Formats: sequence, structure tokens, C-alpha cells
Amino acid sequence: MLRLRDLSLRYKIPLRASLLVVVTAVAVTVSLMFREYDELKRDLVAASTSMGRLLARTLVTPLRHDDVWRAYEVINTPFHASARDAAPQTADMVTVLDARQQVYVSTQPKQYPMLVDAARANPDFHALQQAIASSREFESTAVEMPKSDKLYVVTPVVADGVVLGTLVMGYSKSAFVPRFYAIAKRAAMVTLVVIAVLLPASWYWGHRFARPLVELAQGMGQVGTRIPPENAVRMDESRDELGQVAAAYKTMLKGLREKESLKREIIVSERLAAVGRLTAGIAHEINNPLGGMLNAINTFKRHGRDDPLTGKTLSLLERGLLQIKNTVAALLVEARVEDHALTRDDIEDTRTLVLGNAHARSVRFEWENDIVEPLDVPSTLARQIMINLMLNAVQAAGASGNAAAHVYRDSRYMHIAVKNGGAHIEPEKMEYLFEPFSSERADGHGLGLWVTYQIVRQLGGDVAVSSEPGRTLFHVTLPLESQPA
Amino acid sequence: MRRRTFIAGFAAAAAPGLLRAAHENGAAEKPVRFGLTPVFLDDHVAFLRVWRQYLESKLSRPVLFIQRGSYREISDMLRQDKLDFAWVCGYPFMRLRRQLRLLAVPLYQGKPLYQSYVIVPSFNTDARSILDLRGQVFAYSDPDSNSGFLYANYRLIELNENPASFFSKAFFTWAHRNVVDAVAAGVARGGSVDGYVWETLQRDSPELTARTRVVEKSPEFGFPPLVARATVAKAEFEAVQQALLAMAGNGEGRALLKQLNLDGFAEGTERLFDGIERMMKVVDRASDAAPA
Repeated sequence: MLRLRDLSLRYKIPLRASLLVVVTAVAVTVSLMFREYDELKRDLVAASTSMGRLLARTLVTPLRHDDVWRAYEVINTPFHASARDAAPQTADMVTVLDARQQVYVSTQPKQYPMLVDAARANPDFHALQQAIASSREFESTAVEMPKSDKLYVVTPVVADGVVLGTLVMGYSKSAFVPRFYAIAKRAAMVTLVVIAVLLPASWYWGHRFARPLVELAQGMGQVGTRIPPENAVRMDESRDELGQVAAAYKTMLKGLREKESLKREIIVSERLAAVGRLTAGIAHEINNPLGGMLNAINTFKRHGRDDPLTGKTLSLLERGLLQIKNTVAALLVEARVEDHALTRDDIEDTRTLVLGNAHARSVRFEWENDIVEPLDVPSTLARQIMINLMLNAVQAAGASGNAAAHVYRDSRYMHIAVKNGGAHIEPEKMEYLFEPFSSERADGHGLGLWVTYQIVRQLGGDVAVSSEPGRTLFHVTLPLESQPA
Repeated sequence: MRRRTFIAGFAAAAAPGLLRAAHENGAAEKPVRFGLTPVFLDDHVAFLRVWRQYLESKLSRPVLFIQRGSYREISDMLRQDKLDFAWVCGYPFMRLRRQLRLLAVPLYQGKPLYQSYVIVPSFNTDARSILDLRGQVFAYSDPDSNSGFLYANYRLIELNENPASFFSKAFFTWAHRNVVDAVAAGVARGGSVDGYVWETLQRDSPELTARTRVVEKSPEFGFPPLVARATVAKAEFEAVQQALLAMAGNGEGRALLKQLNLDGFAEGTERLFDGIERMMKVVDRASDAAPA
């Protein structure tokens, strides 16, 4: 039973439907057959009692005249071939008893020899005595033998109120067993046909019904390890329970997916924040001794001896230290207070700066600037963001590629959308995109996006990246009432 | 049942022929009235019609076959002048010999003789003679039949038995063929039957006779004769006699005789029936001595 219970609905529903079909068909067939059996029996009793009445009346004269042969011919009539064909149920035996319950004549003379006590010839006749004694004139009485399959029809032969004898017709109930079997066979055939038609239908229907449940179960089973794709469960749009479940499932998947991406974003931004704090700490620690070292070199150059080797060495040291300073300054992005709002001309300037670069690489650069009034955004930082992104885009577009920038605003934000048609960013690199030195590019120090990100965050804005083959878009939103973080 | 359907069939068959004959020969022409008993196989309606037409053509007169269920009825009709001729048994012929004239005797296997058979159902393999049937149910054909009644009674008397009490029950089937039926079915456990009928049935319905077994055959007796009422005109008697005697001489007649399993008709003599008369006297004496 356990195994059956564990079976997939894919099989369980069709099996149950099939079982229902079979049980229904069998029940209908059996009830029809029982009705047919009753009707056969009723027909038999009706036909045999009317036959009994007819024969009993015909037997009056032969019995009165003691004409054995005539009596035999009368009772033998139903046994003639033509009569036998007409009536499917023919008596097995017709016997005439005389008034003393002895066999007068019988169609089965071997079993019922003349003048023999009927009860001796067949013990059933003991049971018939009662019926014989109580039967009325020419009224046939059907007597069923409880233990054998015999049915007897008893009719008295009466003349002038005197009982001359009794007509006993014996029927075998097994006589209509072949007919019953024929009916049963036909019913079974019909049942089989019905089953043959209904079974595939119910199987198909059950399968169809089970499929969404099965897929749902599989989909649910995957939740936890990974979020199944949207189309894993095919469900019809309906308002029944299955439809409701499907809708709930889809809502759940959507929620899970949102939660998942939110989680990833948080991880990324937390990591970036941690990296930012770390770099800021390191940069401060480096900056203090660095300033001292550069001061020391300056002092030595002004007041020290003029030794060419030393001067050369110090110059080398100074260049190296300056490069460290630049790098640290780049890492240490700090929003300085600006009094200058961002104007349309500031934005146009960035275009001019980038266009030279674009021309050099034959990159087609589209430009759209919707800003008319000055924006309440620190102009230097905003420009740095734009220049960084646009230079990156021209770089990523590749030779003879194309890039575009669109600057616009809405009531609350300034939008900078920069896109390029170059190779897209692999999804696995996306997570580390804004981290310092993550770029694999040969040129550049790999801090452009890091700096951009740091500035945007400090201005309280956000950067969204979407990248697919042929289209990579960086979308920066900066709040217009920005307060430097 | 069979008898009744036969009579109906016979009436239906006879009526148009009768009308046609009356029309052709004039209404004044009196038909030859021929009585038939179940001495032979009387249930072949089609055969009787052909035979009647044959006789009509030979006699140029209408012929009327009249069939009755028992010998007694035919005998009575002969005496009441309701019949001119009849095919009866030797036994009633002997009883009514003063009122009848022998017309012709059929030839069976070349002789005007036949036997009576005592038969039992084939499942009785023990019985060797009629004596082994003591206390059984026995079937006679007709109380006026020699082979179907007289001989069996005579035989029992000859064996010092009382025919009235030898069998537990005896009944008449009113035809030889029915005796064979009754014994074959086992309704009667023994029967007395015309040997010629039994042999002819064996030719025509072997499956029926196979269910019976002959245990005794009588000596030969005169074959059931065709007789004329003594008062029939000489010319008419001779015409009918000639028509019968001539049957073996032409193909049509021979075909009819073949169906009857006979070879022809002979004039015959009353002496042929002496044996039957002797048995009749013995039986009459015995029943007088011991009234039933």
C-alpha cells in the first residue's frame, strides 16, 4: 500500500480514473445481467405456466379414455424440433401423474417408467406433493427446488371437479445458463469497448491534470538550491485551485528572485563600502609619511649639496613618491565642497573633452543634453563622473564602434545614461566591476569605475549597469538636493 | 396430433381433386370410396395423392380415399355401405368375411405373406422373447390388428399366459408406426408390430428402428388384404381389381409400389388367412373363458 501511496500523481490520477471507469462499467454490466437473469426466469415461469394450462386441458380426454399414446403425444408436442426452436426454454421433462401420484406417462420414460411411484423416480416429487395437493383447477403452480437447479410447474388435470391426474413439467434453470452466458459475453464485449474508449481518455485527462502538479512539485523541490526558471512549470491560466496555486507559485518565485538580487546588491555594496573604508584608511596612513618624505626631498634639493648622483637619485625618489601620491589621491575620493552648480556649459565641456578621444578611435559618439537650467549638483564631481563613463564607453566601443550619452533630469534626479556597442561585460565580472584594479585592461590604472562609484555614493546617487551583447549601459542617478555624504 | 394433421391435410388434398374429377366426369359419376387403415404407413399424404390420381386415371372415375384412426371405424363404414373398398387387416377380414370379398393381396418380398414382430427398446439387451416382458408396459397397435394385437395375445395363450394380466399395462397406439415410436422412446418396454411396417421403417427411417430390437418374429400370415364390400357391383369390383393387379405391370405403378415397399398385388385366396382365423378362435375362446 505504501508503494501505491508513493506513486506519482502522473500515474495515480490516471490509475484512479481507470479504476473508476472499470468499476462503473463492471457494476453497470453486473446489474444489467442480474436484471436479465430475473427476466429470463420470469419469462420462463410465464411461458411454462401458460404451456401447463394448455397441456392440462388437452390431456383431459386422453386421461379419461386411458389413452396412454394420445397423452404421450400431447406432452411430447413441446419436444418436436420445430417447437423447440421457437421456444428457447423447453421443459427437460413433462410427466403426467395419475390420481395416485404414479407416473402415467412421461417424455423421459427411462427415468419415469409408467406406473412407478413418482417420488421414487425423483425425490423432488416429495416436495411437489404439497403443491399438487393445494393447486386449484387448471391453475399452474411454479415450484422452485431450493437445493437443485430445477423448476417445476405443476398443473392438475381436472374433469367435472374430479382430479384425473397432474401434469408436472420440469425445467432446468441451467437451461438458460447458455443464454445468460451469451448475454454476459455481449455485455462483457460492450464493457470492454467502453473501457477501451474511456481508458485512454481518462489516462490522457489524468495525465493532463497531473502534469502541472508534477512540475510544480519538481519546481518546489528545486527551491532552496536554486530558483527555477519562470517557464519550468507550464500552467494554464485559470481560476481554479490549480491556477491559484500556479499564480501563488509564480509570485513566490518573483519574490525569491527579487530577494536574491537584493541580497546580491547588498553584498556588493557592502563589499565596496568595506573596500572603500580600507582604501581610505590605507590612503590616509600613506599620505602622512608621504607628505613628510616629499617635504624632506624638497628641503634637501634647496639646501643640500649639489651632487649630481644624489640629485638624480632624489629626483627618481620624488617621481616615484609623486606617483604614489597620485594613486592614493585617486583612491581617496573625497567630495569637496563646491559652490558652483552644474550648468549646461559644464556638461557640454565634457563632450568636447571626450570627442577628441572618440575621433582618434573613429568611434561614432552620439550626444544628447537635455539640461537647460543649472542643476544643484557639485559640478566638478558630476563632470568627473561623466568624463569617466564616456571615456570608458569610447574605449569599450572599440575601433569604429559607437557610443552614446544622454543627460537629462526629472523632478528629483539628474540622469546620466552612457552606453556603448562594444563587447559586453560577462555576468561573473559584473559583481566585481566597481572594485579597484578589477579591470583587465592593459591601459589605465583600473580605478575609473571605482572612483565613479565612490563619487556617486558620496553624492547619495546610484549606478545601475546592464550589459548584453551589443549594448552596455551605465545609468547614474544623482539626487538634485544632494548633500555630500 | 399426427393423425389430426394428417386428416386435415388429406381433406385439403382430396377436396380439389374431388371437385375437378366431378367436373370432368359429370356430377352423376359416383366416386370409388376407398377406406384406408393404419395397416401401412398412412402418413404419406403426398404419396396418397399420387396413388389416388393413378387409380383415377386407370378407372376413369373419381377415387376418394377415406382414412380413419382405427380399424374398427373402417370396418363399421364398410358394413354401413359408407365405403366400397378398404385396405384392412386379415383379422377384421376374417371376422367380417361374410360381408366382404377379397379384392387383392399385396405381394411383399414376392409373397402375399408377412410376419408380426415383438420389439423392445434397444437399451433392453436381455429380453429374448415375449415371455421376458412379464410385468412390463406393452404397446399394441390396434385391437383389430393381427400383427399388432391378435398374434401377441395368441402367443401368450400358447405359452399358457393370460394376456389380460401378463403385462402391468398395455395400451394401443392406433398405428404400427406409433408402436415403433413408443418402444423406441421407452414409453412402452415392448410392442407388437407389423413386420412389414418395421422393415419398411428400417428402410426409410433407420435411426428410428435402430432404437428398437426385434426379439420375436411370428410365423408368416396372409398380408393385410384389400377387400370389397360384398354388395359392390361385379364390374366395379373387377375394374378396381384390375387396376390394382396391373400396377406391377407399368412404370408408374411400380414406382408407387416401390414407395409402399411392395412388389405388386395378387388376387389371393381366403385360405391365406386360415392361420389368422385359427388364432382368432383360440383367443376368442380364452377371453370367453376368462372374462377380463
